[in-house]
Amino acid sequence: MSAERYEQVKQNPQFHQLVKQRSRWAWSLASIILIMYFSFILLIAFSPEWLGQSLSGGVITIGIPIGVLIILVAIILTGVYVHKANKDFDRINQEIISKIKQ
Amino acid sequence: MKVALFTISILFGSNVWAVDALSGAVEQQALNIPAVVMFLIFVTATLGITYWASKRMRSTSDYYVAGGGITGFQNGLAIAGDYMSAASFLGISGLVYLSGYDGLIYSIGFLIGWPLILFLVAERLRNLGRYTFADVVSYRLEQLPIRTLSAFGTLAVVALYLIAQMVGAGKLIQLLFGLPYQYAVVMVGVLMVMYVMFGGMLATTWVQIIKAVLLLLGASFIAFMVLKHVDFDLNTLFEQAVSVHPKGLDIMAPGGLISDPVSAISLGVALIFGTAGLPHILMRFFTVSNAKQARRSVFFATGFIGYFYILTFVIGFGAIVLLSKNPEFFDNNGLLLGGNNMAAIHLSKAVGGDFFLGFISAVAFATILAVVSGLTLAGASAISHDLYACVIKKGNSSAKQEIRVSKIATVILGSVAIFLGILFEDQNIAFMVGLAFAIAASANFPTLILSMYWQGLTTRGAFIGGFTGLLTAAVLVIVGPIVWVDILGNEEALFPYKYPALFSVSIAFLCIWFFSITDRSKRAENERKKFEHQFIRSQTGIGAHDAADH
Repeated sequence: MSAERYEQVKQNPQFHQLVKQRSRWAWSLASIILIMYFSFILLIAFSPEWLGQSLSGGVITIGIPIGVLIILVAIILTGVYVHKANKDFDRINQEIISKIKQ
Repeated sequence: MKVALFTISILFGSNVWAVDALSGAVEQQALNIPAVVMFLIFVTATLGITYWASKRMRSTSDYYVAGGGITGFQNGLAIAGDYMSAASFLGISGLVYLSGYDGLIYSIGFLIGWPLILFLVAERLRNLGRYTFADVVSYRLEQLPIRTLSAFGTLAVVALYLIAQMVGAGKLIQLLFGLPYQYAVVMVGVLMVMYVMFGGMLATTWVQIIKAVLLLLGASFIAFMVLKHVDFDLNTLFEQAVSVHPKGLDIMAPGGLISDPVSAISLGVALIFGTAGLPHILMRFFTVSNAKQARRSVFFATGFIGYFYILTFVIGFGAIVLLSKNPEFFDNNGLLLGGNNMAAIHLSKAVGGDFFLGFISAVAFATILAVVSGLTLAGASAISHDLYACVIKKGNSSAKQEIRVSKIATVILGSVAIFLGILFEDQNIAFMVGLAFAIAASANFPTLILSMYWQGLTTRGAFIGGFTGLLTAAVLVIVGPIVWVDILGNEEALFPYKYPALFSVSIAFLCIWFFSITDRSKRAENERKKFEHQFIRSQTGIGAHDAADH
């Protein structure tokens, strides 16, 4: 029965460590994304001129690299989380599961 | 070529959703043989896949979620495919062509929900659910009210999205293939019913994957040719664009897409939470074998979608540079033939000739077909799995019965979609995608996220809050500027903002919270007690496999 296994997992300190570690990573990365995105759209709402100023004298504006950077950061951070989860979280999770007495 | 009028509302206002819905009057073009031939090849191949999938279909799990046997990479492509609709490919490149930088703002908004889905939702969703997101919401809550709520949320989103795609298909086929509107709507309806009915999720996923690969290849080729034209110097590309565009330097900075802070935040909320509440996308997380593959799916999906959006930006600027000086692509009034949404299509001809034009036209149409199939399957599953098997039969139906109901639901959804697609031909449907996102964000997302994260959630809170969110979103869109003023022709909107999500989502969360904490019933107490085991399963996946073997 699953219920007995859940009770065993509950007693395992490793489980609580996993939860703590994973939620710290998840929420930190989520905060970066949220702060980055909402700063960007508030910048658009309040001072579009700032994003529209020339980057180095040419026609390319500051807004272009910033916009592309946001897309790249979004992709990179998903990669960071997947890497961390594959490397650490899955291993700890496997240990927790293997300790369950059938 | 005849003059084609293709007015879309982004010409007149700053409505983000208009980009995702091809709407407006269109005049039929001359028959495009290469496009029709290439599209027929696509249809033949996908029907072959459907036949292959139908041979492998035995259990409900095969039908709803391809037996859980899709890999993370494949699923990432399929999710990206669901997201890269024809309207977003043509719409975003058209928006960049029209106003430059604003197209990038739009793309970023649609991408940004993905990392958040990965960090907060994907693994728990996979560990708790089997076929639909309602499995997760109703995990420890009462089946009847919660599944009914989720089915309503799903069907509302699916119906609105489906109509927008059907109308888009009709407009597109007139412009690209030179065939009548009704042909397209009927053909799309019949094909999507065949994919879903005979091939289930396996066929639907592979149709989506093939189309995603074709679209990414096609868009990459166009962008490559644009960059080759400017000797791979971006500065030259932007300089040439600024010199020929009527708005000049303004295309390099934010324009009128977002005007005030409330709208800006509200739009952000709709995009982020709405993405995480789209039923056809959430369902894809159950097609992979475990949480690890679910994570990989999001990584690949985010990568493909991000790459695609960067391509559309290059394509839009390429269209400004390469089309503006060429009278072949403009009508007597100096407007782009077929409207701004045709920028990518014309550009494909400019860089690759008639053959490549045919290819991109066929891919654009295949895209619609793949997206509507995913939507139809999500809608049919809500009817057969949530309403029929879990609510009406209370889990006592056989796999055979459940699949039969799903097939009947698919045929009904297909017929309704064809009927509404024809009915809405000349209507302004630009608000529909926005409303679909608003409902997904206000009804599906709050109940889903709280069911996973908040122990205090009860059936009463979720039911009242979810329906309040759904109704608030619908009412605020109707009395807002897009429907009340632009469509119904009233002087002034009763609700001043175009994007209601900030308000409807807040109200939904508030109602769920209030009606949960004041719920003193025995049932509520029981539901809170069950949270602990649900939490352990959501974190570790223990017990998830037993359920998947059903």
